[in-house]
Amino acid sequence: MGKRVVITGLGVVSPNGMDIPDFLHAIQNGISGISFVPQFEELKFNCQVSGLPKFEWEQLRNYITETSLYGLKGKGIAFGIKAALDAWTDAGNEIVSAETLWETGCVFGSSVADTDVIKNAITRVDAKESKKLGSRVVEQIMNSGVTAYISGRLGLGNKIISNSSACATGTQAILMGYEYIKYGMAKRMVVGSSEFVDAYVFGAFDSMRVLSRKFNDQPEKASRPMSITSGGFVPGSGAGALILEDLDFALARNATIYAEIVGGSNNSGGQRSGGTMTAPGAAGVIRCIQEALADANASAESIDLVSGHLTATIADKFEIQNWSDALDRRGDDFPLVNSLKSMIGHCLSAAGSIETVAAVLQIKHQFVHPNINLEDPNPEIVDLIGEKNLPVKMIKKEINMVAKANFGFGDVNTCLIISKYNK
Amino acid sequence: MDRTAILTELKNVIAPYTENKAMLDGINEDTDLIKDLKINSANLVDIIIDAESKYNIEIDFDAAEKMYKVGNCIDIIYEKMNLSA
Repeated sequence: MGKRVVITGLGVVSPNGMDIPDFLHAIQNGISGISFVPQFEELKFNCQVSGLPKFEWEQLRNYITETSLYGLKGKGIAFGIKAALDAWTDAGNEIVSAETLWETGCVFGSSVADTDVIKNAITRVDAKESKKLGSRVVEQIMNSGVTAYISGRLGLGNKIISNSSACATGTQAILMGYEYIKYGMAKRMVVGSSEFVDAYVFGAFDSMRVLSRKFNDQPEKASRPMSITSGGFVPGSGAGALILEDLDFALARNATIYAEIVGGSNNSGGQRSGGTMTAPGAAGVIRCIQEALADANASAESIDLVSGHLTATIADKFEIQNWSDALDRRGDDFPLVNSLKSMIGHCLSAAGSIETVAAVLQIKHQFVHPNINLEDPNPEIVDLIGEKNLPVKMIKKEINMVAKANFGFGDVNTCLIISKYNK
Repeated sequence: MDRTAILTELKNVIAPYTENKAMLDGINEDTDLIKDLKINSANLVDIIIDAESKYNIEIDFDAAEKMYKVGNCIDIIYEKMNLSA
């Protein structure tokens, strides 16, 4: 039995909301953050829509020093700084501390360092102008760039870790922070993930023919998890961040508590038995969900809401089958299911943290956000779990326990069990 | 360009790299970039790159090592500009 771990702060940079109040309003009202990207049409991509946060560099003015902001070009890092510092202040903390905070650490992940910054380095070096790169490139092309900026600004002195686990990165970061606190290695952790999907990463996914391509003229309809007319996912960018605390540490400073993380699991199917580089194997997924429940000492019946990975590909129906097998619940007995990706697309490494922020808000404010673009659910999914578990409008309902999972390339899985905070 | 004119322009080159804007206005040849203006030593290379571009000169490693006080910077810039002129 370890320490109890509570969530005391939230921050988000989402295609449909640049802060928590805007994001809450957007997910309650089914507001899409997907838009047409003219550059992607020029580049002859099949998919020409994306989820892009309404970010401007000026928004970071009060977050980091002017000298630090000058020369910062990596948007993934910028999104991460904004979300993490918003979460930090949301938890009631001052940004500037004179001393190193030895009890507080950071686990923040991303998939790729900002390729725009890397492109600049490649272009300069190839033009024999490497001496013009200056001092600010290395810190932005290193994978740990985002944690270096966050921890430096806040003066964090515990474990500082940059994790990367493809689309399971965000939930994995949260799970790692949870475990460090649970087992007494830290009192407080800044956790989350960020992603900026630029044209180069986007193009590579586009070439795999896994992206939505039939709704370029109707961007808000392009991301259609669990729909029979879904034809691939819509890449998105953004960041999500949470402040996790040892319950006693949080109570001692009279922190506001959003919810409690009661368990989780992170595993891999080993790319065996149906699991591959790109597809999760059923055995690993089911084991991950069941281990998360066991870690939480929670029953499958106690889950009120499944916040799925559900990207809008052929894999959605297999994912629902796996959830059904893992929970041993089906038809009307299945919990409500939603996918935030219907509104913001698939933010890759940032998906898990943004979706966890959404899950926590649904517990805090007792609602289930709608699945937009699900007027035509896949009949195979309806056969498994019934249509009424697929809300297309916001539902106000008692939500005590949420299972949040993400599955990534490399057959890696993460599942979190998040509970309403009960004294 | 004389030393006073170089000093005036140098303020603009240094400005993005110091939080101490008030002190920047009053810098003189004795001002130390790291100790007084609190510039991160790693960023001195950025000031050198910007100065090279601004004055159309090349500042080699040996010269760059001497650029820790405003006066030293002016020495080097003045010397290199007259070389290239």
